[in-house]
Amino acid sequence: MSSIAMPTSRATISAKDHRDSLRPLALAAPLLLLLLFSFGAPIVALLSRAVYEPTIANALPNTVAALRLDNAAGVPAEPVFVALAADLKQAQAAGGIYEFAKTLNARLPGARSQMLRVARLAGQDPKPTKEAMIKAAPLLGEEQSWTAIRTGTNRFTSFFLLSAFDLRWTDQGTIGAVSADQAVFTRVFGRTFLIATLVTLATLALAFPLAYVMTNVRPVIAGIVLVLVLLPFWTSILVRTAAWTVILQKYGLLNDLLLWLGMTSDRLELMYSRTGLIIAMTHIQLPFTLLPIYSVMRSVQPSQLRAAQSLGGRPFTVFRRVYLPQVMPGVLAGCLLTFILCLGYYITPVLIGGASDQLISNFIANYVNVELNWEMAAALSFVLLASTLGLYVVMTRYLGLDLFKMG
Amino acid sequence: MKRVCRTTLLALASAAIISQIQPAGAAELTVMATGGEWQAALRKAWFEPFAKKMGITFNEQEYTGELGKIKAMVETGNVPIDLVTVETSTVLQGCDAGVLIRLDYSKVADRSRFLPGTALDCGVGIDVYGDVLAYDTTVLKEAPTSVLDIFDTKKFPGKRAMRKAPAQNLEWALMADGVPIADVYKVLGTPAGVDRAFKKLNTIKKDIVWWDAGAQPPQLLASREVVMTTAWNGRIQNAIDKDKRPFAIVWDNQIVEYDMIAIPKGAKNLDLAYKYLAYATEAEVSAQLGRHIPYGPVMADATPFVPKDVLSKLPTAPDHMKAYLVGDVEFWGDHGEDLVKRFNAWLAQ
Repeated sequence: MSSIAMPTSRATISAKDHRDSLRPLALAAPLLLLLLFSFGAPIVALLSRAVYEPTIANALPNTVAALRLDNAAGVPAEPVFVALAADLKQAQAAGGIYEFAKTLNARLPGARSQMLRVARLAGQDPKPTKEAMIKAAPLLGEEQSWTAIRTGTNRFTSFFLLSAFDLRWTDQGTIGAVSADQAVFTRVFGRTFLIATLVTLATLALAFPLAYVMTNVRPVIAGIVLVLVLLPFWTSILVRTAAWTVILQKYGLLNDLLLWLGMTSDRLELMYSRTGLIIAMTHIQLPFTLLPIYSVMRSVQPSQLRAAQSLGGRPFTVFRRVYLPQVMPGVLAGCLLTFILCLGYYITPVLIGGASDQLISNFIANYVNVELNWEMAAALSFVLLASTLGLYVVMTRYLGLDLFKMG
Repeated sequence: MKRVCRTTLLALASAAIISQIQPAGAAELTVMATGGEWQAALRKAWFEPFAKKMGITFNEQEYTGELGKIKAMVETGNVPIDLVTVETSTVLQGCDAGVLIRLDYSKVADRSRFLPGTALDCGVGIDVYGDVLAYDTTVLKEAPTSVLDIFDTKKFPGKRAMRKAPAQNLEWALMADGVPIADVYKVLGTPAGVDRAFKKLNTIKKDIVWWDAGAQPPQLLASREVVMTTAWNGRIQNAIDKDKRPFAIVWDNQIVEYDMIAIPKGAKNLDLAYKYLAYATEAEVSAQLGRHIPYGPVMADATPFVPKDVLSKLPTAPDHMKAYLVGDVEFWGDHGEDLVKRFNAWLAQ
């Protein structure tokens, strides 16, 4: 855009103009405030959980103080255990012991029942020894447990964000990879981006020729095609996904048809597979890619193409140098829209995808709903949101796409 | 501009006030359950008779059994439900997170009347169900005799369905690998044991279709998507009895589990909720569910009230209790999150 013209125009804005430009903003203020309070604030509040987790620090004030005096790495000395016993006894009495045990368990698997056991011990025995506590909770005798407790006592934590990249703090205080059998998120993010890319390309391959045809047929026919494309658009995504289940299943319509036509000799496994997932997602996303392309294609002047041809351009050259540059914003906008929406797919992978086709949203939902580990869910959401925004910025900045100027 | 601001403020304020007003009216009780055939059975066996007895309105909601929904209600201070049905491991989780209240059993029933493990601090048992193997008798020529036959792809080729969760599947994997039932959780508590279970699951991984909801296994069998599936016994039994499906249940090496009901923190009709719990745990009342779905009562003194023809279909029927494992809630409370993550990592490979 006109980056050179900007400073001069800004300089000429008088104070009055400035006030005038604020007026529409004031009219939009209720909406903006509503957005801020009902949308912006909850998102920020939820995302902050990814880095702020005070449960462990709140439950263990004495232990935190004792650990500060005990500088040695590894399993600390007796005073820390005495402080821990006092803290757990206190937490037991106050009722916070369960939440503490659960929170620690997320960092230290198996810690839950052992911490509850030590708390019970501390409740009965006023001065439990280090030995007795380790006997009740063998984990307390291990170096890695104390690494987990030490890092856990920081209210601000990088644990969840690191976990989102399959990384962790090692016992030596460096960042390292988690063990291979716990590494899942990088793979899932990769898969989410891969499936989003494949679906975007598939919708583009279908939408581009279709949009071209629609701009070049009689308006009545174009209208009918448009309705046909939009009809499923007005149906709930759940209904469309269920419909695809009927079509794709082993004894479903598509397999029956293929067998009848003799195109396959065996029934294909389309349900619970990536092929099925991509087919269903492509269908659901088609209008999102098609409409921006169609709206841009309609504004291209056919006379320019004829002019280019009359000046000696061969059809492909005309397409590449005259037509494509003009429709490119629509193509990019449609693809970006579809790509971003695909990143957040949830219900279709659940119902049609196989076990290895679950996308990042499915994992976020699992942490929110089933594990009640909202910190991990917030960390994964943060990574997803940041990469989506990053993608948008790259597209607008470097590819010159401006969604606000579309349509 | 000023007027716009004031109007907006006024609108916001009145909206805030309206949302605070509680509807007054006749006594009512709201329960949230996991839906399907099971909730319909609960309704006929307990909800409707209780509503009639007390002269109240019994409202129902459905959800998919996730604690997150209840946690969100409790955290926002807007708890529209008084009772909620949950899985046993979820009771433990909800108890820890302070989402479910710790029950006062003096208002429910004597704890000694319950089967072991069904009177938890935050949850009261509803029924006993079995994780079993089911198949279509018209598809499989030879009948499987044990749940562990699901691991035998040579004798029973074809796709098989299992629940998409590590619980039960890891136990069965160890049992199929030769671990005695009594040692399953001891072995699964060690890293080597977990490796062993996943190694066994790996042998049939490519043949597994995964299910999430309890209604899926009968559908998967009916659409012949799979030749056999793990399932909750009641769903299969009802498909056999009500829909006349040619299915059969394999009981040998079943895993016995309990459904629970709990009160969320902040429930508005606490007294009535307790009255319901006391009602549903009366010996004769507790036996009524079996008439509508073949799940057994959790009250030890309820068995004489269970109809004879129902008794033979329950997980607790003597014929079905020759080899079985009782799901260990404490174990899954400790290792659930960790094993779910490992399970997901394994699925993704």
